[in-house]
Amino acid sequence: MINFQAIYAILLREIKVFVREKERIISILISPLLFLFVIGRGISSSLPAHGYTYQQFIFPGILAMVILFTSITYGLYIIWDKRLDFLKEVLVAPISRATLFLGKASGGIFGALIETLMLLAIGAVFILPITPLEALLCFLTAVPVSFMIVSIGLSIGGLMKSMEGFGLVMSFLTWPMFFFSGALFEIKDTDLYLKVISLVNPFTYCVDLMRKILLDYSSFSLAADLGVISAWIVITSFVGIKIFGNLQQNK
Amino acid sequence: METAIKTFNLTKKFKDLTAVDSINLDIPKGETLALLGPNGAGKTTFISMLSTLVKPTSGTASVAGVDINENSLGVRKKIGIVFQEPSTDDILTARENLELHAMLYGLPRAAALKKIDEILEVVGLSKRADDFVKTYSGGMRRRLEIARGLIHDPEVLFLDEPTLGLDPASRKVIWDYIKGIKARNNTTMILTTHYMEEADLLSDRIAIIDYGKIVALDTAKNLKNVLGQDLVFLKGAINPEIGKLDFVLDVEKESGGVKIMIKDLNRNLKELINKAGDFSEIEIRRVSLEDVFLKFTGHKLEEEKGGGNIFETIAQYKTKRK
Repeated sequence: MINFQAIYAILLREIKVFVREKERIISILISPLLFLFVIGRGISSSLPAHGYTYQQFIFPGILAMVILFTSITYGLYIIWDKRLDFLKEVLVAPISRATLFLGKASGGIFGALIETLMLLAIGAVFILPITPLEALLCFLTAVPVSFMIVSIGLSIGGLMKSMEGFGLVMSFLTWPMFFFSGALFEIKDTDLYLKVISLVNPFTYCVDLMRKILLDYSSFSLAADLGVISAWIVITSFVGIKIFGNLQQNK
Repeated sequence: METAIKTFNLTKKFKDLTAVDSINLDIPKGETLALLGPNGAGKTTFISMLSTLVKPTSGTASVAGVDINENSLGVRKKIGIVFQEPSTDDILTARENLELHAMLYGLPRAAALKKIDEILEVVGLSKRADDFVKTYSGGMRRRLEIARGLIHDPEVLFLDEPTLGLDPASRKVIWDYIKGIKARNNTTMILTTHYMEEADLLSDRIAIIDYGKIVALDTAKNLKNVLGQDLVFLKGAINPEIGKLDFVLDVEKESGGVKIMIKDLNRNLKELINKAGDFSEIEIRRVSLEDVFLKFTGHKLEEEKGGGNIFETIAQYKTKRK
């Protein structure tokens, strides 16, 4: 059912596209850097948070944000493939839709890892000391986190017909996922409605995992974080493969 | 004779529209069949079903011995397809596009690389193989797409409007490649087109398709014979007795001359000229597929309305992608 050579082929293509479209790599980093160096630095002076400066406290959340944005955007990019009719070439190839899905997902994970690396470097230089082990753990964590979010992106992208919905997804899904995740504050200290929404949000646990690695501070247990993320990976990839199974030429 | 494609009441409905209406078709191995019809006649939908990109509403088909509903993966292994719209990845080079394709089809690396070099040579793209596809002209892109469709030696090749929007020179080049494929590999091919000339030149048989139905299916020659008439226009003092010749079907007066419909032009033209009397001008028009099409469908094949041009499409993609 799963054809690894084909996954590798698709991944290779995605890597080439990613590396050749450098504007994308940079543009995805803009919002996270604004948060880190404007809001983070701006609030740092007045508000220490749990033994860290505010900028240090939100860094793991911003790292997770980079993964979130890269992965969702990447997933939605499948609409481009549809537009360019390149997708048809892949759909008509003798590979299962699960293979196609995993190939696309691995491409997204690759992108997220590159962005993670860049942000870790920025963080280590300007914000807080990061040991090689911490960096490695962040890197490893980025894989399942990105897989989960890429699956969401690919599922939505698989259903969407045009790029016009892109802004809608960003406004109604990506930004709320980010804001209701405790990336910018400690969930335990907040109002009930914030807590409730955040607890439902799978991204909350990704942020928590990163914070655990980098700051040794967390709101949930390691088991809870990993459990929730694993469960969501199963759900989102299942849904994604299902949606890919129904991809047809829309004509 | 061995059958490459057989369809059984193949039907596709989109809401109220029946795009393909219960088509039964037998295509022997090695044949080139042209699906000729106006835009929206159901040609693309028909081959999309055969290539498992669209699920039939009802009916089924077997392609290279494999059922399209039961084993789509099996069908996809045996077919190659050149889509109507550009479908190569323009951010990759030609060679990278072909390598990707070879890997998706599970070709061993060494064999694939050799094959890619060969095929690039065949379509005349060797020198530009490592340039990005976005720098290619429409005709080059088309050649690359045909090359790609052939890398894995498909038993059946689908060509959806292979020369749509190309200039006449590029069109001729593409035709030569298509004829070459037939000569070399004996691949079964289905090509859709709304160019009469293309269908006439490339295919063994022509299926005229209109509103999702096949209204006629035969060789170009036989289809023309159905009409059984060629036209001769004569100007001058024409002997009125020619209407009585047994091969003359009809004589009509037309703009200062007469229009004579005759059977079997090759055999009878000489006699007609001998008997016609003193004419000053002669014009002969053989029955064309256009006439055949008109006869079977009751309407003309319309030319593509602006906007569907392949160059415009590529230009649009280029600007949008940035």
